[in-house]
Amino acid sequence: MQTTISLEIQRYRPEQESEPVYQSYEVPLRKDWVILDALNYIKDNLDGSLSYRWSCRMGVCGSCGMMANGTPVLTCATFLETYAPGPIRVEPLINFPVIRDLIIDMSEFITKLKQMKPWIVREEEQPLSDGEYLQTPDQLTEYKQYSMCINCMLCYAACPIVGLEPGFLGPAAIALAQRYNFDNRDQGKKQRTEILKEDNGIYECTFVGECSIVCPKSVDPAGAIQRYKVAAAAEWWKSLLLPWGNR
Amino acid sequence: MKTRKSIDPFWWSLFGTGGVIAALCLPALLFLNGVAIPLGWIEAPSYEHVLTLVKNSLTRLFLFVVISLSLFHWAHRFRFTLYDGLQLKHLNQLIAVLCYGTAMIGTIASLYTLWGL
Amino acid sequence: MTINTQYTKFRPQRYQTRVPIFWWVHKWAHLRFITRELTSVFVAIYAFVLLFQLWALNQGAETYALFLAWLRTPISIGLHMVALLFVIFHSITWFNLAPKALVLRLGTKRVPDAVLIVLNYLAWGVLSVVIAWIMLKA
Repeated sequence: MQTTISLEIQRYRPEQESEPVYQSYEVPLRKDWVILDALNYIKDNLDGSLSYRWSCRMGVCGSCGMMANGTPVLTCATFLETYAPGPIRVEPLINFPVIRDLIIDMSEFITKLKQMKPWIVREEEQPLSDGEYLQTPDQLTEYKQYSMCINCMLCYAACPIVGLEPGFLGPAAIALAQRYNFDNRDQGKKQRTEILKEDNGIYECTFVGECSIVCPKSVDPAGAIQRYKVAAAAEWWKSLLLPWGNR
Repeated sequence: MKTRKSIDPFWWSLFGTGGVIAALCLPALLFLNGVAIPLGWIEAPSYEHVLTLVKNSLTRLFLFVVISLSLFHWAHRFRFTLYDGLQLKHLNQLIAVLCYGTAMIGTIASLYTLWGL
Repeated sequence: MTINTQYTKFRPQRYQTRVPIFWWVHKWAHLRFITRELTSVFVAIYAFVLLFQLWALNQGAETYALFLAWLRTPISIGLHMVALLFVIFHSITWFNLAPKALVLRLGTKRVPDAVLIVLNYLAWGVLSVVIAWIMLKA
C-alpha cells in the first residue's frame, strides 16, 4: 500500500535563480487529498518558502489553477490519487509570465477582460419608473453558460494560440463578451465586435478546442468563439451588401 | 495600433463555406474518380457521357463552387497552420499572398476551363 | 537569458517561457489538431486534380484517355487513397464540430448538438449518393 507520493514542484525565486528549478517533496497520499492539500501540507510542514495562490478550495474562486503533469487543472479539484503512483509535476500555468514559484502574472489577462466591456451596455438607460429590465428563463438560458466563468485562466494555459500570440484576447475574454452579447438587456455587441473582428480577436483562433476541454465550469469558450466568427462574418457581408442600413 | 479594417471575416466565410462544401462533396468525388473507377470497381463513364454532363450549366456551377471554395478553404486554413504550426507570423504578408493567390489562380483557371468547354 | 536587467526589489524579473517550434507533437490532442488542419492540403490537391481532369476533358477524347490511364497507375491510386483518408477525416471532424459554430432553433428551443451532427451525416450520405448517381447514371 502506497502511503506517500512525490510532488515535483517548479520553483522560481528571482532573487536566487534566473531559470526555474524543480524541487521534490514527499507528501502523504491520502484518499481525500487534492493537490492543493498537498501544497498546503508542504507549506505548513516541509518548506514555508513555497509560494502559490489559493483561496476557496472549492472550485469557485479560480485562484489555484496550475499545471499538473502538463495539463492545466484547478488544484483544489484534482485528487492526488488520480496520479498514483506519481510523481506529480506541478508547474505554474503556462503562457503566463511567472512572478514566483507557482504564481503567475495575470495583469495582461485582466486588461483583456476589461476590453470586452463586461457589463450591460445600454444606448439609453430606461427610466427608473419603467421598472427593471425583464428577462424570461429562455433569455437567461441564452447566456447563462457563459456567465459561469470563474476567471481561473486554465483556458489560457490550454490554448496554444495564447502562447504563440501574446496579444490574442483569448478564450475567457471572448466567452465573456458573448455572455453580454447574448443577454437581451445588453446593447453593446457592436462595440465588442469592433474589437473582436480585428487582429488579436476571434479570427486568431484556429479552434484547437482545448480551452473547452480544460474548463472546470463547462463554459465552452471554443463554442463561444466559433459562434462569434459566424456572426461577425454574417455582419461583414451584411454591411457590404447593405451599406446604407445598420449604421 | 493598427486601425485598418480587418478583412478576416471575408476570408473566414470563404473558409467556412468551403469547408462545408468540401466535407459534403469531396469524399464522393474523390472515391469515385480517384479510387473506384481506376481500380475497375465501377465501370468508367464514357468520354461523351462525361462531356455532356459537364456541359450542363448546373454541373459547371457545381464544379466551379467545389473547386474554388475548396481552394479558399485550404488557403485560409493552411495560412494559419503555417503561422501557428511553424511560427512564421513574421512572413504574414508573403504567406497570405501565396495562399490566397494560389486559390485565386485556381478559381480563374476553373472558370476558364469550365466555361471554355 | 539575462536576468536582473530591470530588477527592482519590489518588482522582480518575471520568468517567461517560449512556445517550442514543434509544440504540436507533444500532445495527442495537438497532433490531432494539426492533422485536422493539414487535411486542407489534400482538399486543395484534389481540387487541382479535379481541375486537371476537366482540363483534360476539354482537350478531347485522347487527352482524357491519357488522364484516365494516369489515374490507373499505382502511384495515382496510392495517392488518392491517402487523400481519401484525409478528406474523410476532414468531413468527420467538420461535421462533429459544426454544432459549436452553428446554433439552430425550433421556436425557442435549441436543436440539440447530436441532432445537428446526425443531420450533417445524413446530408453527407444523401449528397454522395446523388453525386454518384448523376456521374454514373444520368
